[in-house]
Amino acid sequence: MRSPYRFAFAGIAAAVLLATGCSSSSSSSSGGVNWATATSAAAGGGMNALISAAKKEGTLNVIALPPTWANYGTIISTFEKKYGITVNSALPDGSSQQEVDAIKSENGSPKAPDVVDVGLAVAVANTNLFAPYEVSTWSDIPTAQKDPSGLWYEDYGGYMAVGYSSKFGTITSLSQLLGPKFKNAVALNGNPTSANAALNGVMMASLAEGGSVSNIGPGVSFFAKLKAAGNFSPVEATGASIKAGTTPVVFDWDYLNLPSYVGVSNWKVFIPQNAVLGGFYAQAINKNAPHPAAARLWEEFLYSQAAAGGQNLWLEGGARPVEQAAMTSNGSINTAAASKLPAVTGTPVFLTEGQSTAAAQYLATNWAKAVS
Amino acid sequence: MAAVTSVGETPLAVPARRQVGMQAGRRRRLNLFRYVVFTVFGLFFALPLLAMARFSLEGAKLGTWSLTAWRQIASYTSSEGIPPLISAVEITLELAVITSAVMLVLVVPTMIWIRLRVRWLARAMEFLCLLPLTIPPIVLVVGLGPIYDKIAHLSLSALMLFWVYVILALPYAYRALAAGLSAIDATTLSEAARSLGASWFSVIVRVIVPNMWDAVLNALILTWALVLGEFTVAFFLLYVNLQVELYSISRNTPDAGVIFSTSTASLLFAFVLLLILSYVGRRRRASRG
Amino acid sequence: MAVAATTRAGARPSRAGHRPSVPPWVGTVPFFGYVAVFLLWPTGIVVYDAFKNPAGKFTLSGLTALGNAQVRGYFIGSFKLSLISSLIGAVLGAILAYAVASGNPDGVIRRLYLCVSGVLAQFGGVTLAFAFLVLIGPVGLLFHASWYFSFPWGITVIYAYFQIPLMVLVFLPAIDGLKVQWREASESLGSSAWQYWRYVGGPLLLPAFLGALLLLFANALSAYATIQAWEDAIPYTVPQQIWTSMSSEVGLANINYADALALGMVVLVAIVMTGYALLQRRAARWLR
Repeated sequence: MRSPYRFAFAGIAAAVLLATGCSSSSSSSSGGVNWATATSAAAGGGMNALISAAKKEGTLNVIALPPTWANYGTIISTFEKKYGITVNSALPDGSSQQEVDAIKSENGSPKAPDVVDVGLAVAVANTNLFAPYEVSTWSDIPTAQKDPSGLWYEDYGGYMAVGYSSKFGTITSLSQLLGPKFKNAVALNGNPTSANAALNGVMMASLAEGGSVSNIGPGVSFFAKLKAAGNFSPVEATGASIKAGTTPVVFDWDYLNLPSYVGVSNWKVFIPQNAVLGGFYAQAINKNAPHPAAARLWEEFLYSQAAAGGQNLWLEGGARPVEQAAMTSNGSINTAAASKLPAVTGTPVFLTEGQSTAAAQYLATNWAKAVS
Repeated sequence: MAAVTSVGETPLAVPARRQVGMQAGRRRRLNLFRYVVFTVFGLFFALPLLAMARFSLEGAKLGTWSLTAWRQIASYTSSEGIPPLISAVEITLELAVITSAVMLVLVVPTMIWIRLRVRWLARAMEFLCLLPLTIPPIVLVVGLGPIYDKIAHLSLSALMLFWVYVILALPYAYRALAAGLSAIDATTLSEAARSLGASWFSVIVRVIVPNMWDAVLNALILTWALVLGEFTVAFFLLYVNLQVELYSISRNTPDAGVIFSTSTASLLFAFVLLLILSYVGRRRRASRG
Repeated sequence: MAVAATTRAGARPSRAGHRPSVPPWVGTVPFFGYVAVFLLWPTGIVVYDAFKNPAGKFTLSGLTALGNAQVRGYFIGSFKLSLISSLIGAVLGAILAYAVASGNPDGVIRRLYLCVSGVLAQFGGVTLAFAFLVLIGPVGLLFHASWYFSFPWGITVIYAYFQIPLMVLVFLPAIDGLKVQWREASESLGSSAWQYWRYVGGPLLLPAFLGALLLLFANALSAYATIQAWEDAIPYTVPQQIWTSMSSEVGLANINYADALALGMVVLVAIVMTGYALLQRRAARWLR
């Protein structure tokens, strides 16, 4: 007679098997150089050594890189074709915080991200997760835009702009947005208490309304006025909402307000006069990257100034590469792409990490009240 | 003793001549009620789906029609090697089978056993089967990190998602099974079978389960629908399943319609699969006699 | 009546032969073991993290944060939305389930509604919210519902879209268990339809109804993708706030705070379950 107890024994056996776990992963150290600690290509024996080590690893894990964002789709496929390395792109819609969370939670797993592309605040707050590395073109990155010990380095950025459907004619100032024809029309790219782009959108409004980088109050009041006029849309602006006509006015980075990114043809962009707020993202390499050589080769590729290198590819995606100044003087810049960037009047300002956090804390207490 | 039948088994065959009497009147009122209900609810469910489908066929200018969003999906079935979409579909189907098998084997005997022999554990099981729903998936993923790290050493395949999918399906499947189990008198049935010499295994598998087959079928439907539609946990654990792949497809293009063509396609796909699955139940019903 | 005496649950029928006296609960070990590893352990990690601060030290600040007014607002919002959407879903779903159950058990309509319910019960998130936005939002195809962005009614309509099918799927087996003979018996005793439901059908279905209601409540409580896509400017519910604090790109991320919020949700459900258990005891009392 069969007894139900056999289920119990089977269950216990399975549980034991599971609990045994596995021995700690043996980190593959390729004979010779340990690329996980190399701080530059030269230190590891030169670019050719890096390339062959990376090819031997054969894979690269990237995270939160949407293909249509700043031309990342082309960048990834160009890299794959050039070096024959498979790129696993996980979590394309992830936020910067999720990228570093993935580094922490996947620590030791072969699926952990090798490199990250994060907002400045997140990069500065998580330097303990990164490995120092200096790309070959390190000296062309402005000093203010990189960490002196090489833990993070800015890569591309843009200016906060207002994109809008051409059915509204031409908009030249933010105060026009308070008019009656913009009912339910104005949207941000996310919630400003968590999304970097949205926070900078409110900050840009603040600059246009007389505030400053240390005072985001006027920006919040502007959105409160929008809400009172019935012009604020609490929906996150996406390609779908724009196409459907639900969010015909969007505050977002200029490279995300391109007609080609947004997906509608009758889309215009303007940056308010003297409210030029710039924001750059930063690259970093995971200290415990499962593929350290491929990670470093990726960075070299991104900062290469070749015609089909990362910097120019970003420019083609409408983003301003960090080495733009140096490339303009040494002539390697793609002038056709550079001329397509929106015109700006006024000096660009950038938020420091402290100002960004202060603004976020102000928003945490005041944003929900302003737009409810 | 008259055969005991349930609500749904009243024969619907009514002669052409209009019936009179209490039963016929009630039947007419019932049919009217059913038609009204089906129409109203049908409209409520159909409209958003139609809106989605219409949007997926939207051209570059609002108001025009275009198949681009659908062609985008098709383009993912024709690259070299195994196209990512097809392999994602395969993996998800395999996941659905494994998850529902493990779930049924784990939950059904335990529920029946508790009902028959270990009543005091019933509330504990009920609470545990509700717990997965109380923790938002984004937080659950954080807790699952260490376990899935170990699992990633054993296998990198997305099939390893089944361990957590069983947990995710628990609340829904348990509730459907509990409704079915409470509708039959399990204790009497089991005592009758035991007194005829059946083992506990026979009691569970050959006596009680066939009596709650509809509930089992509903639990299967819920589990399959969950696996086919699951996105959040796979996404945050960095695995690729059907929904994650569809999402990547939609992010790969600025054409906003693609996310709707992929959603509509996945809904249709799930619907057809579930329809096929529901025919599995039909043969059993006939054998009930 | 001899049959009744031996049907008391747990009574061990006398058997010839020797058997080691392993207690019956051992048969439940596979289930509880599995759940312990894949559910309790992750939950334990979350609970443990709720008591730590970002620097890794033990702290009660996560819990005390649960006491402040803003957070109370999130929990009240979550509770309100879950209660309303689960009640509406349960009642409407029960009506639909009855309509489905009273038809041909092998018929096309039943099969169709079952499979559609299965698909729609798990449908949600961005696409569902967008479909409603396009239908009754500001530029709505059907009409512009001025209450579309109001809380909780706007989002309740969207939630109903998956709550009702879920109710149909989990409640249908209970309705199937209602015997036609009971209806006939009550009618032959002279009761009206209303009296039948009030005194026979209703109480019989009540335990299963409450169980399904509880499931719908928990389902609405933990949903976040749909409400986040509906609108993300103002966090009304706890999952929205958890999401905000977990994915913050502006330095406000605090995963311990998010874990504390999650712990709060578990406690909330435990409280609701206690109320549910009390109701069940009353509802099922006369059935045994």
